[in-house]
Amino acid sequence: LSRIGDELYLEPTESGLSLRAVNSSRSAFASFLFAPLFFQLYEPGGPAPDTERFRCKVHMKSFLGIFRSLPSLEKSVGKCLILLKPRASRLVLQLHCKYGVTKTHNLAFQECERLQAVFDTRSCSSRLCAPARVLADAVVHFPLTLAEVTLGTGPGGKISLRNYMEDEAEPSKTMMTELCLAEDEFQSVAVSPGSRITFCLKEFRGLLTFAEASNLPLTIHFDEPGRPVVFTLDDTVLEVHLVLATLSDLESDSQPAPTNGVSHLPAPPDDFADDLESYMAALETSTYEGATGRPPSPTFPLHSPRTGQSDPEEGEEDEDGAVPGTPPHKKFRSLFFGSVLTPGGPGLAPTQEVLAEDSDGE
Amino acid sequence: MPFSAAPPASGEPSALSASLDNARHLSSLLRALHFQDHATCFATASGLRVTVEDAKCIQANAFIQAEIFQEFAVQEESVVFRINLSVLLDCLTIFGTSSLPGTSTALRMCYRGYGYPLMLFLEEGGVVTVCKINTQEPEELLDFDFCSTKVVNKIILQSEGLREAFAELDMTSEVLQITMSPDKPYFRLSTFGNAGSAHLDYPRDSDLMEAFHCNQTQTNRYKISLLKPSTKALALSCKVSIRTDAQGFLSLQYMIRNEDGQICFVEYYCCPDEDITEGEL
Repeated sequence: LSRIGDELYLEPTESGLSLRAVNSSRSAFASFLFAPLFFQLYEPGGPAPDTERFRCKVHMKSFLGIFRSLPSLEKSVGKCLILLKPRASRLVLQLHCKYGVTKTHNLAFQECERLQAVFDTRSCSSRLCAPARVLADAVVHFPLTLAEVTLGTGPGGKISLRNYMEDEAEPSKTMMTELCLAEDEFQSVAVSPGSRITFCLKEFRGLLTFAEASNLPLTIHFDEPGRPVVFTLDDTVLEVHLVLATLSDLESDSQPAPTNGVSHLPAPPDDFADDLESYMAALETSTYEGATGRPPSPTFPLHSPRTGQSDPEEGEEDEDGAVPGTPPHKKFRSLFFGSVLTPGGPGLAPTQEVLAEDSDGE
Repeated sequence: MPFSAAPPASGEPSALSASLDNARHLSSLLRALHFQDHATCFATASGLRVTVEDAKCIQANAFIQAEIFQEFAVQEESVVFRINLSVLLDCLTIFGTSSLPGTSTALRMCYRGYGYPLMLFLEEGGVVTVCKINTQEPEELLDFDFCSTKVVNKIILQSEGLREAFAELDMTSEVLQITMSPDKPYFRLSTFGNAGSAHLDYPRDSDLMEAFHCNQTQTNRYKISLLKPSTKALALSCKVSIRTDAQGFLSLQYMIRNEDGQICFVEYYCCPDEDITEGEL
């Protein structure tokens, strides 16, 4: 998770403890759901069954600092206790070590909105499943500095991985690496031939390292270019999702007409940017129009349909997304991020009008 | 100058002359004190004491008894001089710091007296190096007046249990808070850094605890930057004694066993941090 974002989101749910992260450009999201069985004791707590579960986020570095040295942890720590104390504003991590020594860390946390990327693996047209080792062995051939890789399905069930070259790069000066995997190396293949998606390698590598270590098969769900690719790992006590934005086809047009699928969360808007970010949603191909031929910018899109109202919060990073010709070099479509209060299956963020404006917390 | 055990040609006996078969016995101890450039050396018939101080709040001493040396002679009652510790360490380790088995650097030290430089003769594998380090006027040293009769709380711990804790201290915290008590938490080290607070508790019945004599609950804070250098001494030691007196002054005594199994001591004294109000746990 630290390969993805600087903040760790913790959300205790009935089905387990969920740890999540998102990257700054909102093009990568990961969640690790540890089922109650994973723990010796799991008490999500909360005053009454219906109340909103408490969730928080902490700085990734602070959290990781507690688990600094894995080998010595394995030798010396017997038990780890995690307590969330909303009134004291502290996340308590207590390590019970050998010799009776107890290490207690009281981390400051920030309350936060629910972090959830909207995606639906059922709606993906293609699916691949392979042991993590197969994919790790494939990916090792690409240089560490490579940013994006293209996964493609070819005739005869060939699955290929190729490094992605930016348009600006001169073909004669760049080294191209292409790797093909046969269908039988995969545990299952259900793909539409001729599909191809390009995504960021760095975040994917992070997941692969984990998958290899835990010896779990990795499933890749993908669809058309521009639609997010979802990597999943499943185990009896753990469910992992990594959602990455993919590069859209250059033919598709820019000028997203995004809508903010916003429904109001009655949450303390301590941190403005956070509130906003959670409400962002991007639409895709179907709503695109215009013929500028310029790919949409990767950071969150965000023209609000309610142009009439003043949107001070839009000012921050999001304006960049809306302004054409802005710096971000990557042409990634941003992920779907919707506020997921409405019950019902994970679905695509519907095109909705903003239901209510964000209140100004200050 | 020829490397020999003979006294200097002038016939005057040196105020201090000492020989050590393995210079590492001295250099590793001195490294445990090396948080300032300068040190004061005291030599008496019982041995050598090297002292380093900082900020008028912390003092570290290394004791190397005369018995550790192959030869140790002090002509006057006591010999005192101030010297650049960084330079001294560089010279003592002039043949390198890696300890290959079987090889060691032999050392001979001579100090003729007030105003003279400290002469070091180092030999390894037939190669001899002569070093001459200027000495300086000794400065007034702090007297912590820490004597065993005034000790309120005392704990002796096996160093193994503290090493990792000290190495991983949250340096974003300004202070290290030490709580010693006859009741829970018995012995607690706390930091208050950017990420939040962290507490390390050692119960009195822990296997690591060799002695536990706490009479009163005391909580004192010390500037973490001053105590952090003691991690080196902790790393070398097998046991550490932690004592506080009524004023909250801290004494850390490290028992160090060298390669030949001989025992030396390094101790750190530290004043409590007065900027912070006590009682905030």
